[in-house]
Amino acid sequence: MAAVQLRNIRKAYTRDHYVIPGLDLDIEPGEFMVFVGPSGCGKSTLLRMIAGLEDITEGDLHIAGTLANDVHASRRGIAMVFQSYALYPHMSVYDNMAFALKLAKTSPEEIDTRVMRAAQILQITHLLQRKPKALSGGQRQRVAIGRAIVREPKVFLFDEPLSNLDAALRLQMRVELAKLHQELGTTMIYVTHDQVEAMTLGDRIAVFNAGRIEQIGTPLALYHAPRNLFVAGFLGSPRMNLLPCTLDQSSPQGARVNLVGHHVATRRDAAGQAPGAALTLGIRPEHLSVVAGPQPGAIAARVDLVEHLGDVLLGYVEIDGIDQIVTVKLQHELPLGATVYLLCDANACHLFDADGHALPLLES
Amino acid sequence: MFKRILLSWTPRYTLLALVGLFTTFPFLWTLSTALGDSGNIYAFPPQLLPSDPTLAHLDEARRAIPLDRFFWNSVWIAGWTVIGTLLISSLAGYALAVMKFRGSKWVFLAVLTTLILPSELNFIVNFITVTQMKLTNTHAGVVLPLLANAFGIFLLKQAFEEIPAEILDAARIDGASEWQLFLRVALPLATPSLAALGIFTLVATWNAYIWPAVVLQSPDEFPLAVGVLYLSGTFAAKTRVVAAGTVLTILPVLLLFLLAQRYFMRGLDGAVK
Repeated sequence: MAAVQLRNIRKAYTRDHYVIPGLDLDIEPGEFMVFVGPSGCGKSTLLRMIAGLEDITEGDLHIAGTLANDVHASRRGIAMVFQSYALYPHMSVYDNMAFALKLAKTSPEEIDTRVMRAAQILQITHLLQRKPKALSGGQRQRVAIGRAIVREPKVFLFDEPLSNLDAALRLQMRVELAKLHQELGTTMIYVTHDQVEAMTLGDRIAVFNAGRIEQIGTPLALYHAPRNLFVAGFLGSPRMNLLPCTLDQSSPQGARVNLVGHHVATRRDAAGQAPGAALTLGIRPEHLSVVAGPQPGAIAARVDLVEHLGDVLLGYVEIDGIDQIVTVKLQHELPLGATVYLLCDANACHLFDADGHALPLLES
Repeated sequence: MFKRILLSWTPRYTLLALVGLFTTFPFLWTLSTALGDSGNIYAFPPQLLPSDPTLAHLDEARRAIPLDRFFWNSVWIAGWTVIGTLLISSLAGYALAVMKFRGSKWVFLAVLTTLILPSELNFIVNFITVTQMKLTNTHAGVVLPLLANAFGIFLLKQAFEEIPAEILDAARIDGASEWQLFLRVALPLATPSLAALGIFTLVATWNAYIWPAVVLQSPDEFPLAVGVLYLSGTFAAKTRVVAAGTVLTILPVLLLFLLAQRYFMRGLDGAVK
């Protein structure tokens, strides 16, 4: 177990453009940290910098208390699992897993013990003599993880390891990775663009955008209290409804906003905002409820589409004057084209100012 | 059903047979000339199946010139050329494909440019160099100028570039030095290209005539391709003996080619998804 500390880490490929413009992060020993963000946000680049596969332009990287900037990748005490598995195709599974140990001139007995132990953990003992081309995708990914385990690293790095697997296998491997973390207790850094993986695996999640960390926190903290519009829109499936509105009035009980003529009460503190200020109302589909008829605070909407996802029923509705489709989690089927009335849960409404920053929730 | 298959396959196989006949025609003609003993060898169309086949000309060619010596000279020259070409091309190709250094694109461009020049153009400068190095009439003089081969460097650079970067990254994290990366990961993965380059080089060197003929003066040092032409001078009238010598020259390399062609298979199955 080792802590990983990043201090003002910067990365530039050209002289004047930083893809990571300065980043601080503390990863606790034994923590499962997930880097999540859209493609090209710099999360994989940062992981490769931690791995030693990319130079660090500026800043300090400490692994287990040691400055690791100029330490070769193989001596950082890290092991990495790649999206494409990156197995050596000309070697058997056993040799793939033993390669690093052989290079380190470990004794054959020790190599055998470690490879067999990792193979048992991953249940791939029967595959040890096969070549990678004779394995399925899931088996290959297990071998890749096994190759990392035998090195007994201080930190595991995962670069979108499940992206190439089909949905069922991805779920299974996700569960196994979580178990592996519990079993080994090693620090793990996991890069993904899949927010479900992020939410289910991470002790903490760092949400990346354009080379910066937008927010770090536990999955639930990020889900319930996104710090800004980007995090609010990125985490959650189906995503949060983000609707433009203006501030109606601000009171100690919370701000009331004007959503195309409808007044919506929230428990957000908009004291710093002038009446009429442009805001964004954020509300997750499960926090919108459908009521039978018109009533105070209810917003009229027209049903566009209903999707059955098995356990969940999703409704897509249109509100006059709003140029986007609003998603609602439904309790029961609704006829297409029907007019329904939506009520927002004031406690679950988020408000974002013109710069996209979340307005704080009032203490109850 | 059968008729339909016959109709769709007949034109294809007819075309393939024609192309096959067209490409093998010179070989067949040489073979029939070497094995035949009667009729006009210059008759057209030639008689591809000799009416009274004999091995007499092959035997005569074997006795007329020191074939064994020429054969081992060829093996020596071709062997070292193949080994040296593979070594230099793989090292240069790896450096250009995998290692990052300033000006690598220009170096590669310069290497490529030499492909445009006809090889005969190099003979003069190479001969002067070989003479200055006092290597004329030696096998080393024949081999050395052939080793740095632009085509080989190009072929292996492409092969190394096709190795997924993640495999090399994984090996770096596993603790492989650049040499270990080259020897234990990159080179085994480039085996199909190495085999292809090896065979191309072997065939080209085995059949090369002008350059060995320029460098070597003593018949004791001649490879087969140069030595066999001796038959033409000694027995000007015996075209069948020359043809027999030619058959003996190409036979070993033809057999080797047939044996080695299965190594052209791709070697990256299962490496990455």
